[in-house]
Amino acid sequence: MWACGPCAAGVRCGIVLYMDGKPICAADRYILRGDTRLTTAILYLLAAAATAASYFADRARTVQALRKAKASLLNILPEFSVVLGLVGIMLTFLSPALIQRYIGAGSGVPGLLAASVVGSITLIPGFVAFPLAASLLARGAGPTHIALFVSTLMMVGVLTFPLERRYFGRREAILRNGLAYVFSFVVALIVGAVVGR
Amino acid sequence: MRGLLRYRLFLAIVAFDLLVLAFRPATGITLFGHSWRVLAQMLGLLPPVFLFLGLLDVWVPRETVMRFVGERSGVLGMALSIVLGAAAAGPLYGAFPIAEAMARKGARYLNILIFLGAWSTLKVPMFLFEFSALGPRFAVTRWAVNVVGIIGMAYLIDRLMSPAEKAILGSGTAGGGRAERTRS
Repeated sequence: MWACGPCAAGVRCGIVLYMDGKPICAADRYILRGDTRLTTAILYLLAAAATAASYFADRARTVQALRKAKASLLNILPEFSVVLGLVGIMLTFLSPALIQRYIGAGSGVPGLLAASVVGSITLIPGFVAFPLAASLLARGAGPTHIALFVSTLMMVGVLTFPLERRYFGRREAILRNGLAYVFSFVVALIVGAVVGR
Repeated sequence: MRGLLRYRLFLAIVAFDLLVLAFRPATGITLFGHSWRVLAQMLGLLPPVFLFLGLLDVWVPRETVMRFVGERSGVLGMALSIVLGAAAAGPLYGAFPIAEAMARKGARYLNILIFLGAWSTLKVPMFLFEFSALGPRFAVTRWAVNVVGIIGMAYLIDRLMSPAEKAILGSGTAGGGRAERTRS
């Protein structure tokens, strides 16, 4: 029997996927493909190239741009550090295994509420979320619940609320997250109706 | 001292993390491990994003941004905002500083909201993941409903916000700081 070990994402989710016929941890499968690291490398390379090009074109302007970049980053760093801390706590106490239990648990309205609340407060990357959702679907969870979880996960950000409020103001943050929460139910019902048939 | 005060919430979280480490060492180690990985993820995204925004600020004229996604950019501006958001990679918090830079350069508030919505849920790499993990029916239906919903919600929020509330974004409270405010 294959046992789930702590994978590259540092979670013991217990979700098994198959790659080339061999069992592999769901998160490992996507991390092994190097998708996220590649994105970062490309982003850094592009930024370095752009800065170099700018420097050759106009030195004074580039220095000004770097100063602005530094000032904006330092200015918003307190809010980002809070998001960092909150996400760290969330990942620890709301593990994929636990998320799975909440979403897979109930059918009906309580189950929908649980899926939406868990989706709203979690902030996990797609390469962990989608395999998790797929394994739940395979085990017979309703597509409505899964769609609700995926939708709230992506659109509603409770943990990033302090950051969003700082940038956009309180009213926008409340309106956007509130509407996104309600809209996620619409998405879920439609997806459930289309996939469930 | 004032600098440290801005980090009071973060410091409270760190104190909590340390308490967990002291009383539940195993959980604490997991907690710090996760936080470390989130930090690595943020370091992978934020510095280049802010660098790009700094360069954009000095090189791209306000008129250009306004022409493409400004007040009078119409349907094309909305389409462009969707494409911009969908082409992105990374979590939603990466979009906030970009939204603020757009606002400072005169982008239409509606388009900024559409961009934010597209970034949150229409990202192409995520769609491909979803497509392979949850199946074409699931992914395509969700994507289609979301395109409609994102534009609808953006219109609604745009209507419900007063000009003063919209002006918070890009006013320098979060991004460029005081120097930016006195300049404009």
